[in-house]
Amino acid sequence: MVPLENYLALSGILFSIGFYGVLARRNAVLILMSIELMLNAVSLNFIAFAAYLDPDRIIGAIFAVFVITVAAAEVGLALAIVIRLFRNRATSNVDDAAIMKW
Amino acid sequence: MNGIDLVGPQFAVLIAAGLALVVDAVLPRQRRLIPFVALAGLALSVAWSISWVARDDYQTAFGGTLVLDRYAVFFYFVFAGIAAAVVLASIEWVERAGRGQAEYYALVLASTAGFMFLASSRDLISIFIALELSSIPQYILAGWGKDERSSEAGLKYLLLGAIASAVLLYGMALLYGFTRTTELGGIADAVAAGGDANRSLLILAVALVIAGFGFKMAVVPFQMWVPDVYQGAPTPVAAYLSVGSKGAAFAVVTRLFFEGLGPGVASDDWSMIFAVVAAVSMTFGNVMAIAQTDIKRLLGYSSIAQAGNIMVGLAAISVAGEEFVLGASGVIFFVAAYAFTNLGAFIAVIAISQRIGSDRIADYAGMWKRSPALAGVLALCLVSLTGIPPTAGFWAKLYVFNSAIRADMAWLVIIGVLNSLVSAYYYLGIAKTMFVAQPAEEATFRPPLTLSISLGVAAAGVLALGLIPGPVLSAAHDAAETLALVY
Repeated sequence: MVPLENYLALSGILFSIGFYGVLARRNAVLILMSIELMLNAVSLNFIAFAAYLDPDRIIGAIFAVFVITVAAAEVGLALAIVIRLFRNRATSNVDDAAIMKW
Repeated sequence: MNGIDLVGPQFAVLIAAGLALVVDAVLPRQRRLIPFVALAGLALSVAWSISWVARDDYQTAFGGTLVLDRYAVFFYFVFAGIAAAVVLASIEWVERAGRGQAEYYALVLASTAGFMFLASSRDLISIFIALELSSIPQYILAGWGKDERSSEAGLKYLLLGAIASAVLLYGMALLYGFTRTTELGGIADAVAAGGDANRSLLILAVALVIAGFGFKMAVVPFQMWVPDVYQGAPTPVAAYLSVGSKGAAFAVVTRLFFEGLGPGVASDDWSMIFAVVAAVSMTFGNVMAIAQTDIKRLLGYSSIAQAGNIMVGLAAISVAGEEFVLGASGVIFFVAAYAFTNLGAFIAVIAISQRIGSDRIADYAGMWKRSPALAGVLALCLVSLTGIPPTAGFWAKLYVFNSAIRADMAWLVIIGVLNSLVSAYYYLGIAKTMFVAQPAEEATFRPPLTLSISLGVAAAGVLALGLIPGPVLSAAHDAAETLALVY
C-alpha cells in the first residue's frame, strides 16, 4: 500500500504550485484556477488522513465534500465578479484593477 | 423542533432573509417595507436569544457541532445589534443605488446568520461552513456599488478571501490528521495526550489556522485588503465588514483556542505568536493611519490597529488557573465596545459624506458648526477608539491590557500604550479639524431619521459602556467562563 507520506507530499506540492500561481499569475481566471488547486490539495489531505488514520468515521471525507461544495459556490461568484470587471474595463488582469493602490 | 429551538436566533435571521426576497417578488410596490422585514427578523432573533438567557439551559445541537452557551448568546446579541445598525444605516444608500434592495438586505442577514453560527460552532466543519456563509455574502456586498472602485474592492476581497480560506483549510486538515477528530473537545484531548511528539507539525497547523483567520481579523501581515476594500466598498458595507467580520473572527478564534487549544496545550507557543502579531498590527495600523487623507481609508488602518489591541487579549491565553478567562473576557468585551464605537464612527461618516459628497478629511473642516450632532458623535467615537474615559474604548483597553500584565507580558502593554498615544494624534486630529477649522460653507444640516436612530443607539452604547461597564463586563466574564468549563 502507498504510504500516507506520499499523499501528504503530493498534497503539499499541489498546494505550493497553487500558491505560486496565485502570486505569479496576473489574470483573474488563472488566479481562480490556482486557488482551486490549493483547495484540491486540501481535499486530498483530508481524504488521505480519513482513509489512513480515521477509517471508521471518515470525518475527513465528509469535510472534503463540504470543501468541494463551497469551492464551487465561491468560484461561481468569483467568475460573476470577473465578468463584471471585464464589462467595465475589457480586461481580466488584476493589475489593471488598481485604481486604489494595493 | 428542539433542534430549531437551539438555533432559533440564527433561524429567525435566515427566515427574515428569505421573507425579504418574497416581499420583493410578491409586493413590488411595497419595497420600502423590506428593511423593516429585516429589522423584524433581527428583533425576533434578539427575543429568542433573551428567551435562552431566561431559560438558562445551555446545550449542544446537531451532534455537538453547535453549542448554545452564554458565550454564543452574548455574541448573538452583538451580531444582531450590528446587523440592525447596518440595516438602518443602509436604507438611504440602498434606495439611491436603486436596484436589488431585497437582495442587499437578504445578503446582510445571511452573513449575520453566518456570524452567529461562527460564534456557536464547536467543530472544524461547522466553523468552515459558517465562515463561508458569512464571507460569501460579504464579497458580493463589497462589490455592490456601481462604480469601478466597488467592483475592484469586491474582486480583491474575494480573491484574497478565497486564498485565506484555502490556507485555513490546509491548517484544519493538518489539525485533523494530528488529532483524528474535528470536534474541539476531542482536539483538546488529543493534543494534550499527544505530548511532544510531532510538535512541529502541530505548530505548523496552528500557524496556518491563525493565518487563515488573521485575514478575517485583519491583522498584519494579512491586512493588505483592508484599506482598499474599506475605501472601495459602499460605506454601510465597510461599516459592516469592519465590525461584523472582525468580531465574528475573534469570536471563533477565541473559542477555538480557549476550548480546543487551551492551557497546557502548547499555549505558550501561540501566546507568543498572538503577542507578536498584536504588537506589529497595532504599530503598523497606527503609523499608516497618520498619513491618510481619506477618512474611510484612515478607519481601515485604524481597524487594523484595533484588531491588534483585541489580540492582546488572545495573547493572554497562557495565563493559568482561575484567571485563565481574563484574556477571553477581555476579547469579548472589547468586541462589544468596538462594535458600538466603530459603527458610530462609520454611520457618522455615512451621514456626513452623503451631504458633502466627499470622504476627504480636509472637507470635514468646521463640521461642528454645520452639524453639531454628527460632529459630536463622531468625536465621541474617535475618543472611544483612542481609549480615553469616559467611553467604552477606555474600559476595553484597560481590560485587555490588564490580562496581558497577568500573563507577564508587560512589554506588550508598553507597546500598546505607546500606540494609543500615536493613535490619539490622528483620531484627535480629525476632531480638531471638525471643531477648530473654518467650514467651507456655513449651511447647517441634519442627518435623516434612520441614520439618526442608529447613530443615537451607537453613541448611547459608547457612553453606557463607558460610564457603567459593570453589567456587560460581568456578562463577558460569565461568557468566557463557559469556555473554561471544558476543563
